[in-house]
Amino acid sequence: MSGRRIRQRAPWQLVALGSIGAAVFILPLVGLITRTPWSRLGELVASDVVVDALKLSLLTSVLAAFISLLLGVPLAWVLARVNFPGRHIVRAIVTLPMVLPPVVGGAALLFALGRRGVIGEPINDATGFLLPFSVWGVVVANVFVAMPFLVVTVEGALRNLDGRHEAAAATLGASRLTVFRRITLPMISPSLRAGLVLAWARALGEFGATVTFAGNLQGRTQTLPLAVFVALEQDRDTAVAISLVLVAVSLAVLLLLRDRWWSHGSTS
Amino acid sequence: MRNGVATLAAFTIVLLLSSCSGGDDRETVLVMAASSLTDAFIEIETAFEAANPEIDVQLNLAGSASLLEQIVQGAPADVFASANASTMQAVVDAGAANTSTPFAGNTLQIAVPLGNPANVSDIADLADSDLLVGLCGEQVPCGQFARQALDQAGVVASIDTNEGDVRALVTKLEAGELDAGIVYATDVIASPEIEGIALPANIDVAITYPIAVLTDSPNPDLARTFFDFVLSAPGQALLADAGLIAP
Repeated sequence: MSGRRIRQRAPWQLVALGSIGAAVFILPLVGLITRTPWSRLGELVASDVVVDALKLSLLTSVLAAFISLLLGVPLAWVLARVNFPGRHIVRAIVTLPMVLPPVVGGAALLFALGRRGVIGEPINDATGFLLPFSVWGVVVANVFVAMPFLVVTVEGALRNLDGRHEAAAATLGASRLTVFRRITLPMISPSLRAGLVLAWARALGEFGATVTFAGNLQGRTQTLPLAVFVALEQDRDTAVAISLVLVAVSLAVLLLLRDRWWSHGSTS
Repeated sequence: MRNGVATLAAFTIVLLLSSCSGGDDRETVLVMAASSLTDAFIEIETAFEAANPEIDVQLNLAGSASLLEQIVQGAPADVFASANASTMQAVVDAGAANTSTPFAGNTLQIAVPLGNPANVSDIADLADSDLLVGLCGEQVPCGQFARQALDQAGVVASIDTNEGDVRALVTKLEAGELDAGIVYATDVIASPEIEGIALPANIDVAITYPIAVLTDSPNPDLARTFFDFVLSAPGQALLADAGLIAP
């Protein structure tokens, strides 16, 4: 599509509405930057609380993104390709975390996987393993809210895929798993990367499910968004500084990956 | 697709219109109250509206620190009831209130899930790292008071989570996900799913709740009426029912 763009003035209606749309995102960022205590920023960002939260956030969000990839891609494939009764119900349930208030999601996770939870109690009785108030609890909460973004993106790509290549490979004797690995995955790789980045970004910013399911303890379960929440009630300068770290990390990753991953094939 | 969008748009417009026209012509008084006052103030709201049918009380219940932030940022509130003196002092210092009056007091208790599954008996048990112990974060009054109590008892608690407000802490205790926490006596009375253990008698943490009419109150007369009601005998009786004590 690129290279065939016709030079023409953009319709002013689209530009006007689009500008307002962009302002919705730019204005809060400007607000954040105007409130930033620049002179104390280095000292605030280097504090133990922020460093601990940053490390934990990076660790848990990356883990959550890869677990989402590992489980989400097969799930997306099943939803896109396998005809089974109740498929649309499963699909709706999978996308539920996108609309459910995360706090409710966290409470639901607690009811299922907590110490008195449906599954959590037998697991705890048998092994003594406990998800809430642990790093793994943070990862589980992150996967819960983030994986739907990957599943939806990848499933959309699988549905739009031209099936002829896969059919050709199959007629040439490739097994179904080989077709999936050698043909399907490479063909949907742009969506796969986009879904992975979306899931990671969602996990990085996750607050409600984490605080409800995993609690809040510096160094163990206090991620950057939780640290912001606590600081907001204590010292606004610290809260703004942490928010800025969060914005900087996510913008850096999104811009970097966009150049490396999304540019080829798309019009930009 | 086109039809779907049109239906959605029509639905939205109907919703917007219906929420604007209300049909309730009572005057409203917006009361910001600390989340530990939730049950007491819901009772007060009901009694106050029964006594003053022309006034609609709207309660905004949240952690005192969040309320402070909202008030200082110009929320159109009439009355502020704080769970500690320092938050109220910050509101006064910011010029959002002139004076405040203590209207109730509270005490702390160790709270455990019903049946006390971890056999907690004393504040010293909170130092046990095998127990799952939760406190309120130190940014909210219940967290500050709990730390005062622990300091006085000479106990270094093995904390597993610092919850954002006392309700969140109570919820996790009710669910049995935590073995013990320190909450207000009022929370123990309000929740049938937790039980309280008294702190040692030598621990003395003064918890006083101040109330104030805000200087930027859109309805200062209504605000004053509500303020007076809280301090009146019927208001104080309702607070006592909820487990609060005299200031």
